[in-house]
Amino acid sequence: MFIAEINVMPLKELLDPQGKAVEHGLANLGFNASKVRIGKRITLEIEASEETDAIAKVEEACKKLLHNPVMEYYEFTVSKV
Amino acid sequence: MKFGVVIFPGSNCDQDMVHVLRNVMGCETKELWHKDHDLQGLTTDDCIVLPGGFSYGDYLRCGAIARFSPIMKEVVEFANKGGKVWGICNGFQVLCESGLLPGALLRNNNRLFICQNQYITATTHKSAITEQCEIGKPLNIPIAHAEGRYYCNEETLASLKANDQILFKYCDNHGTIHADSNPNGSLENIAGICNANRNVFGMMPHPERAAESILGNTDGKVLFESLLGILTTV
Amino acid sequence: MFQEPIVNEAIAKELGLLPEELDKIRTILGRNPNYTELSIFSVMWSEHCSYKNSIKYLKKLPRKGKHLLVEAGEENAGLVDIGDGWACAFKIESHNHPSAVEPYQGAATGVGGIHRDIFTMGARPVASLNSLRFGKLEDKRTQHLLKGVVKGIGDYGNCFGVPTVAGEVYFDPCYHDNPLVNAMSVGIVRVGETLSATSYGVGNPVYIVGSSTGKDGIHGATFASEELGEDAEEKIPSVQVGDPFQEKLLLEASLELVKTGAIIGMQDMGAAGITCSTSEMSAKGGHGMKIYLDKVPQRQKNMKPFEILLSESQERMLVVVKKGAEKDIEKVFEKWDLHCAIIGEVTEGGMLEYFMHGTPVASVPAEDLVLGGGAPVYDRAFSTPSYHAERDAFDINKIPQPQDLKEVAQKLIAHPNIASKRFIYRQYDSMVGVNNTSTNKPSDAAIIRIKGLKKGLAVTVDCNSKYVHADAYKGGLIAVTEAARNIVCSGATPVAITNCLNFGNPYDPEVYWNFVHALKGMGDACEKFETPVTGGNVSFYNQSPTRAVNPTPTIGMLGIIEDVEKSMSLNFKQAGHLIYMLGTHRNDIASSEYLSLVHDVSLSPAPHFDLEEAHALHSCILALIQDGLVESVHDVSEGGLFVTLLESAMTDDMGFDIHLAADIRKDAYLFGEAQNRVVVSVSPEQRAAFEAKMNIQYSPIGQVTKGAIIIDNQDWGQIKEWKSTYDTSIEKTLGIID
Repeated sequence: MFIAEINVMPLKELLDPQGKAVEHGLANLGFNASKVRIGKRITLEIEASEETDAIAKVEEACKKLLHNPVMEYYEFTVSKV
Repeated sequence: MKFGVVIFPGSNCDQDMVHVLRNVMGCETKELWHKDHDLQGLTTDDCIVLPGGFSYGDYLRCGAIARFSPIMKEVVEFANKGGKVWGICNGFQVLCESGLLPGALLRNNNRLFICQNQYITATTHKSAITEQCEIGKPLNIPIAHAEGRYYCNEETLASLKANDQILFKYCDNHGTIHADSNPNGSLENIAGICNANRNVFGMMPHPERAAESILGNTDGKVLFESLLGILTTV
Repeated sequence: MFQEPIVNEAIAKELGLLPEELDKIRTILGRNPNYTELSIFSVMWSEHCSYKNSIKYLKKLPRKGKHLLVEAGEENAGLVDIGDGWACAFKIESHNHPSAVEPYQGAATGVGGIHRDIFTMGARPVASLNSLRFGKLEDKRTQHLLKGVVKGIGDYGNCFGVPTVAGEVYFDPCYHDNPLVNAMSVGIVRVGETLSATSYGVGNPVYIVGSSTGKDGIHGATFASEELGEDAEEKIPSVQVGDPFQEKLLLEASLELVKTGAIIGMQDMGAAGITCSTSEMSAKGGHGMKIYLDKVPQRQKNMKPFEILLSESQERMLVVVKKGAEKDIEKVFEKWDLHCAIIGEVTEGGMLEYFMHGTPVASVPAEDLVLGGGAPVYDRAFSTPSYHAERDAFDINKIPQPQDLKEVAQKLIAHPNIASKRFIYRQYDSMVGVNNTSTNKPSDAAIIRIKGLKKGLAVTVDCNSKYVHADAYKGGLIAVTEAARNIVCSGATPVAITNCLNFGNPYDPEVYWNFVHALKGMGDACEKFETPVTGGNVSFYNQSPTRAVNPTPTIGMLGIIEDVEKSMSLNFKQAGHLIYMLGTHRNDIASSEYLSLVHDVSLSPAPHFDLEEAHALHSCILALIQDGLVESVHDVSEGGLFVTLLESAMTDDMGFDIHLAADIRKDAYLFGEAQNRVVVSVSPEQRAAFEAKMNIQYSPIGQVTKGAIIIDNQDWGQIKEWKSTYDTSIEKTLGIID
């Protein structure tokens, strides 16, 4: 069994309205934060014989369902339970 | 009684509320800009309304960014001194985020925005906005939200009940409160509450959308009349 | 450093330009264009911006009328005088291709774009409408597109704070690859307080306001003018992300800017971004501009000049300001937390000169880029569609009459083209603004009150593309007439239209035949009803490798109602009221939903229609409403008379008891879609006065009941059962409820 931790983020070249609004909110509070971008974090457990197999499966899950290639990219780590 | 209506960037029911307060109810109404610290002379005899809309686009969490607006500092102080604060829809969300009201508003259980005529009924007379409502009588007050599912933990719910803080519940056209008359999955059909001091009110339905005969619905008027009546009788 | 390729025919072709168009550019410039200049021409001369394949026929549409303050093509949208010192700006536009690739953002940015067209004229949007078309609802791809599009429209409009008051949704296999997403915005403004999309006054600063500029949507205008092929997924960079919150700030700031009196002109940046706004405003004002592209706030590093020029990043506007008034307008932007930057200035002559870090990167004459100026105009070949032969072979006598009409009716009202669109419209805030009086008083057109005035607006969008496919001329007539009928049935007078012309590839002679003839039909109906065309848009290339969509000229119509209190609703009021049908029962089931659903006949002639008959019907309805002789008015459209009766009955859980005519086929009587028919209910006390008033064909058909549906003395059950089927059908197909 492997645990995957997946981050799905808006594509860097696309506008992230949510990130922009939050950046503005942070500025109001005196935080000088920049480049705020907001994505999703997904964790899941997956059965796999070995790590390469787990990576391939997670990769496929990301491609097929978890991210929208039009808007988002993803990155993930896989570790054995 | 005078009114102040707060305008956050992204508020979009602010002018609806100003229109109803000024032109329908005939009340002096100030527009309070989010960047200001000035309540324009409102006293604790008056009422501040946080209107519906999408303050700061509802990004991050509804109301989460708006609660840090300069004006909110004044609103919190105003409430703590006993002034009346009434949050509707997004305004309710801001009040929960700012801690003036307990609980939170979660995504509707069907995960979709819902705009429809909705029956609610007052569940207590003991608040300035429900004083003249008939308990159990259905009022048609429209809802329009994606995050309106009221939630709080058991302990908070128990204290809401113990202190008679639940003002409105979703019901059917006969005034019956049951699971099928709950549009968004709110805990125990809760549509509106007040704080323990009974001067801060929050509700998801929009009474300002039900206050004129030209719109074919005046069910919401009784809330405004209750609020104004309290001062004329005191 | 980016090396621009040397321009040749191959590169021109890549950007969608024909060899003769490249020659024309060379003649205009007197030299070979560089790559940046070629990019500018390619987007400005795309169908989307130049209307090169349609303008010849658009110009034949009636475009003049007594109420028009701004005619078609003069500004971003038409402007109609509604009296009492107010005007209405309204327009419909397509966002079909972006919605096919990314339904949520595609639809959302479509809504955003059309609202910007309205508020950059200084008008406050008060109502949104939309017209949506998808493939078969049972199809998973359709469901994905439908959910995404509806959520996109809802999220954008709800946050922006403009109510979505009306719309139409159709499902037909012809839209499987090319869904249509047409969005309409309606705004009001005081006469004399409007803004123009113009630029003049040498030395006046040019501002860009709103979101920063990124690489989104580059060559989007060109993209919209191409067929969606196998590689559609790879054209992904054309997706733009909408930010309704930013747009709301832009709206409020724009309307405050009007009051400063410091604005020369303002235009939304839609297709072709800075290129389009700088050239159209300059051409209109007869001036030029120097634009310093490096001063444009950019979201990404290392953007190339053509990328900045062509970016379709949303929620941006170009504003030309009176010199010396910079502080006044910057104060407004600051109040609304909007970024603005001076990116250039107005110059004499008509040249647009673009610079990057001091180096000239492009120099083109504004006039030659734009529609009505140097943009090419084509007259495409057309020929009668070959499928007309199959259509003409249709014979109603070969269609068997079903035994169980109740079963047919049940099937029909569950069809997604007929069934309640509750799943969709419930996701739209239809009440924000407290002006929509139709929430609690449903009518064929939505009625919008204007605070402080007695009068109001009536708005509707309509097009039955099945009819247009069957007979383009008649279908065009019917589309306009149905819109007018909806306006009239709500008690208002039709005033003007906007149109969104969705067609396939204009190089296909049969597609173009339909285009030419549909426009002819629209034009003739517009003449008859005195509703000039105030603008809109053309969307060609709604075509996949397998087929074109049905020709779909969506009509958005505006009407004026003198007294909002006297608007007419469509619902039956009381049991015992008499039901009449105005118009003539006909043995006509052509192009009906019934024919395709029950008999699987997808091609037949358009249903009966007569323009004179329509005109007389509309006058009669308005007179009946005026005199208070009718209790409800509802037109007969898709699904026929039965569906009309059911819709009138459902609002207040009423029923109806009717008798069919002996000399008409029962299926045609109940489900035929012959045009120019309207159902009214009349109180028994008004019966004599009503009948005395009638000067057109009509027939009594029955009466309103307390909930029972009775057809020719047969018990068809209670309204609540029918309503349940009607309300839940789409939700069941989508798997949202069991």
